[in-house]
Amino acid sequence: MKYRIFVVYLIFQLCTVCAFAEEHSTQNDSTEYQETSSEIVNSRNEEHGAESDHKVNQPYDPAATAIHHISDANVYSILDLIRIPLPMILYAPDKGWDIFSSGKFETGDHEDGHFANYGYVLHQGSVHRVVEEGFPTEGLTDIGEHAFTHKSEEKKGKKVDVSYVKYNGKEYRLDARSTLDGGMLGGGITSFYDFSLSKNVLSMILVSLFLIWIFKRTAKSYKENPNRAPKGMQALLEPIFLFIRDEVAIPFIGKDKYMKFFPLLLSIFFFVLGLNLFGQIPFFGSTNVTGNLTVTMVLALLVFFIVNFNGKKDYWMHIFWMPNIPVFIKPLLAAVEIMGLFIKPLTLMMRLAGNIAAGHIAILSFIGLIFIFGNSGTNMGGGVIGTVMAIPLTLFMMAIELIVAFIQAYVFTILAASYIGAAIEEHHHPQEHNH
Amino acid sequence: MTGTLAAVGAGLAVIGVGIGIGMVGGKAVEAIARQPEAAGDIRAVMLLMAAFVEGAGLIAILLSIFMAG
Repeated sequence: MKYRIFVVYLIFQLCTVCAFAEEHSTQNDSTEYQETSSEIVNSRNEEHGAESDHKVNQPYDPAATAIHHISDANVYSILDLIRIPLPMILYAPDKGWDIFSSGKFETGDHEDGHFANYGYVLHQGSVHRVVEEGFPTEGLTDIGEHAFTHKSEEKKGKKVDVSYVKYNGKEYRLDARSTLDGGMLGGGITSFYDFSLSKNVLSMILVSLFLIWIFKRTAKSYKENPNRAPKGMQALLEPIFLFIRDEVAIPFIGKDKYMKFFPLLLSIFFFVLGLNLFGQIPFFGSTNVTGNLTVTMVLALLVFFIVNFNGKKDYWMHIFWMPNIPVFIKPLLAAVEIMGLFIKPLTLMMRLAGNIAAGHIAILSFIGLIFIFGNSGTNMGGGVIGTVMAIPLTLFMMAIELIVAFIQAYVFTILAASYIGAAIEEHHHPQEHNH
Repeated sequence: MTGTLAAVGAGLAVIGVGIGIGMVGGKAVEAIARQPEAAGDIRAVMLLMAAFVEGAGLIAILLSIFMAG
């Protein structure tokens, strides 16, 4: 038994080294490597006729690495060995639509593209646009292997990290990623719109297809053998199904009305659970779909609209003119209730995204210990100590995340059920009936 | 400087949430010990309340992240 644990430990240790080998080989290293890499850069720059002031060896930045790994991407990388190109659908108001495959970027180390296409470049897995004059806006352009640099700039009193791409000896500013997450992860709508089928979208489609497949199979086995004890996938899903019905739907919505909302609750539960667990699979892209504020925003909006479109008279009465309390408190309470109307979906959105993203960040930070202790790869003893510390911590965190995946899916469902229940509840006593 | 202050703020928010969730969990365990037959209901309410407390904490933490960024 002890022996087996040791073997599992060793396997994980090897896997982690593989997973971060990319980080290891480019960011940090012995002087020998620095020389070779600067030689490569030199030869690159000579090709383009430029001076070699480009630095490859940057100190390890745990926060930036974590943010990069939890963000959405335009290429699906599995262990940096397999890179699945995804379709790019980009729209710029001044330029029109551009549709091509992200395979054209020829993704390399750090998920940086070696080619620019129609004025778009791939940097750290996501697409950026170059709007400055002089950068080619048509067709494929070779920009080389280490073409990207970062600079810190002051913007409205804050320090902002801006990326630059080097082409023909001149540096061009990259527009930030175009995302809807309110700029929290360095996004916001910039000079272009990104409608691409990204890594997160692909994961969502995969998980949805998988869920449809297992539920079709389960439904079929119920039809074929209605009077037999469940087995296989059926036996796994039936308790969860009954749990959602008996512990979530019926107590919160009511025995006579729950059937209308039960499919919604089950869909939310299995969709969130499936994506939470999908993101936990090590070395399989580790997509952070439910940890993405945009995805949870859509889920929360769905719940918000369903709750408010199904709201009965009593529900609106309790928001705008709470019965059975003194009149002078009523407007005050109405203000609070109207705020609550929007805070409810807001917390729904933030709770799920925060918990899942925090779990991913914690795992990435623990793995980052290897590079912090190892002094970005220059101190081997420190690296070994870091690895020995990082593996048990990571395994522990992954076990916790497994529980969190279930709890967050359950909490999202139970809160959705309680909001729906509050909206459709009908009081059987007449209003203002002092009792 | 703002980054450091924001980090301190996030830490302070977590103290409050920790106390809150600890109380919810502790009282729920007491309640289940007193009335084991109601364990299912108590657990559901406990998770719901913990989620509300956590929601307040998450808003504080996200606010501090925005301030830091």
